[in-house]
Amino acid sequence: MATREFAAHESHAHAAPQGFIRKWVFSLDHKVIGLQYYFLALTAVFVGMFLSLLMRIHVIWPSVTLPLLGQIKPETYVSLLTMHGTIMVFFVLTTAPQGGFGNYFLPIQIGAADMAFPVINMLSFWVTFLAYLVMLAAFFVTGGAPLHGWTGYPPLSALQSAGPGEGLGADLWVISIALFCVGALMSALNFITTTLDMRAKGMTMMRMPLTCWAWFITAILGLLAFGVLLSAGILLLLDRNAGTSFYVPLVTVNGQLAGHKGGSPLLWQHLFWFFGHPEVYIAILPAMGLCSQLLSVFSRKPIFGYKAMVYAMLSIGLLGFMVWGHHMFMSGMSPYSAFAFSIMTMAIGVPSAIKTFNWLGTLWGSRIRFASPMLFAIGFVSLFVSGGISGPFLAQPTLDIPLHDTAFVTGHFHLIMGVASIFGIFAATYYWFPKMFGRMMNETLARVHFWFTFVGTYCIFMPMHYLGMAGQPRRYSQFTEFHYFDHLIPLNTFMTYAAFVTIAAQFIFVLNLFWSMKAGKKASDNPWEATTLEWTTATPPPHDNFGGHTPVVYNGPYEYSVPGAPSDHVMQTDPTIVAAH
Amino acid sequence: MGLVLLIVIWLITFVSSYFFLAKTWWLPTGASAAAAGIDHHFATTYAVMGIVFVAAQVTLGLFAWKYRDGGSSSPARYSHGNNRLELIWTMLTAVLFIGLTLMSGSIWASERFRPAEPGAVQVEVTGMQFAWYFRYPGPDGKFGATKPELIDPTGGGESAVGLDTTDPASKDDVVAGTMYVPVNREVELILRAHDVIHSFFVPAMRFKQDAVPGLAIHMHFTPIATGDYDIFCAELCGLGHYRMHGMLKVVSQEEYDKWLAAREAEKQ
Repeated sequence: MATREFAAHESHAHAAPQGFIRKWVFSLDHKVIGLQYYFLALTAVFVGMFLSLLMRIHVIWPSVTLPLLGQIKPETYVSLLTMHGTIMVFFVLTTAPQGGFGNYFLPIQIGAADMAFPVINMLSFWVTFLAYLVMLAAFFVTGGAPLHGWTGYPPLSALQSAGPGEGLGADLWVISIALFCVGALMSALNFITTTLDMRAKGMTMMRMPLTCWAWFITAILGLLAFGVLLSAGILLLLDRNAGTSFYVPLVTVNGQLAGHKGGSPLLWQHLFWFFGHPEVYIAILPAMGLCSQLLSVFSRKPIFGYKAMVYAMLSIGLLGFMVWGHHMFMSGMSPYSAFAFSIMTMAIGVPSAIKTFNWLGTLWGSRIRFASPMLFAIGFVSLFVSGGISGPFLAQPTLDIPLHDTAFVTGHFHLIMGVASIFGIFAATYYWFPKMFGRMMNETLARVHFWFTFVGTYCIFMPMHYLGMAGQPRRYSQFTEFHYFDHLIPLNTFMTYAAFVTIAAQFIFVLNLFWSMKAGKKASDNPWEATTLEWTTATPPPHDNFGGHTPVVYNGPYEYSVPGAPSDHVMQTDPTIVAAH
Repeated sequence: MGLVLLIVIWLITFVSSYFFLAKTWWLPTGASAAAAGIDHHFATTYAVMGIVFVAAQVTLGLFAWKYRDGGSSSPARYSHGNNRLELIWTMLTAVLFIGLTLMSGSIWASERFRPAEPGAVQVEVTGMQFAWYFRYPGPDGKFGATKPELIDPTGGGESAVGLDTTDPASKDDVVAGTMYVPVNREVELILRAHDVIHSFFVPAMRFKQDAVPGLAIHMHFTPIATGDYDIFCAELCGLGHYRMHGMLKVVSQEEYDKWLAAREAEKQ
């Protein structure tokens, strides 16, 4: 494995900036940019969560009048679900784990002074920020936010006449996503280059923490996936505004010919899911890497099967690009392709299962310290199993016949891509907060937050599987029209109450976050007694991360409870013991 | 803390499993020839994945409790893994998952790899915001031409699907808002959509297929029990998606013939 002398990097180390604007706004420091991404995602997650609250209220009480907002109309409901999905997938699940924690900790964990391209790093954040503003603007234009779902299937998403929100609101939606892709592509290049070129002496690829592997593989997925979505988005914009017909055949809306001819609605689905399936792994891989890390740190035991974990993530990344068709079993795609995509999709379950076995293997014979990051890591494993178990159902076209586009799918991807990834974000926050802000978060509040969120999310999303089996389609704004759904209403009501409680509990987290920044207990440099490089430097880390000196790495990232060692953890920089494994 | 985790994880596991096992909310009763096979494979997958689910969660809870740091227990085991174990569980999952796919493959193939039998009852299903229309070819067995410029949803029926009444083959075409089919005969569907993508979903028939503008998708199913069944739209199609609904009435051959003859008579 190639490692470079640090001398080659010194050109990257720039002087600490003075002045508020250069330091906190247009900063080139990966740590500040990481925090910018993080707080962008934090505002986004609250917007997205608020939208889901409105949806849950409307599903149960379709005619209730809310203070300030009035009555939620069916078209508003569909706009809410569109914006909820889009904001959560792009501006939370893609932004916080990679842009936030990846930016902050990848350079430190590999012993670099900054990312490879600090200016591009700054640009990627500001383009993402612009994309976020454009997305939010869609709420405030005539017609409101689009109603074509986060998947934006044309012709619905391509025709102004297809519904309210499909005017300017839909244009803004497409533009926002295109901008987001630009930001994500720049960021992906930066992550890949940084990982390959900026590792400190001794930091071979196979000594990298699994977090770094996860960010690296996520960046490769992003580079290949976001380019396709960007192109697809541009074509959609042309169809909407320039009279082209990439996605729209001859259609009539409300008896009016739409003026398009010859396009293919399925083309968008292929392009979208070529991005969309890897996107699932873009959201979950960083959480997988992080939870592997935390299980090892807090069980005081080396990760079980480090190499297997790396190869599993690489296979997930590779196979992730060969399974997009499983979103299209009912789309009119060839049934023979469906069969092929089904086999590939079942195959991707294998590396996911390997990871689960290895997590359990790590816990086996360990000595678990139950700090809040560990609670969320264990919660992640539980949610990953629960969300993963429904995958093989949906991967089989035969079972997709009853289950596709029902609440079963909503339950599946919320557990595994939504909640499990968010547990990764929570775990990362509780774990790295001391390093980022120099103080500890309040442990009692953290535990209360964990229990409410863990039990609450199960109460919201597990029943969705039952609803889906019973045939409740997803994206329905109300269920009072037909008697078919009558017996499902009590379950829907239960989920809404569970959502109230779970959402309320998230304010405990925000309170803890901001209160601890001001008044938390002072943190030491290595409060969790972990071995990776971020814990060898000052808290918070200086501008160049290691205060003018360059770390040299001698050990793997997970040397815990080494027999004969003076303490139960051997730092990666500790030259006295070079573990030969 | 370890004990609480064990209790909560086990509780979540057992409560969720209870509702699956008790079938409190379950697939609606199947009413098509394919339902038995699909449901059987659903049950097989469900049993296999259910065992994996319970085993993994129970182990997770157990380990969280058993390996908690109690202060006096022995130090953590220093182990980087076990290649033999990795190999065993990789092979096991691979065999399990690929096996399930191959088992379900034959059901999928029987449903989707062959065209409808000759003599199947033909129904053209057209989806539009936010209604389903059903067209029958009539005694001549031929669907008349439709033209996009003739589509007028406000007119309902024939004008909603844009039927070209100057085409002789269209003279005996019947367009209905409710779908009638005879029991125990294969139904060949020709799925179309005028405006955006819709999805023709009949839970009791274990049938779902998108209707895509620009495509005429041929599918088939065989109802085996008479009765009224709900038809839903399963693909987000706009603000009225939730109320895009239809009824499928499966009746005896005599009733079906009588119904069709009455519709033909109305046309004259």
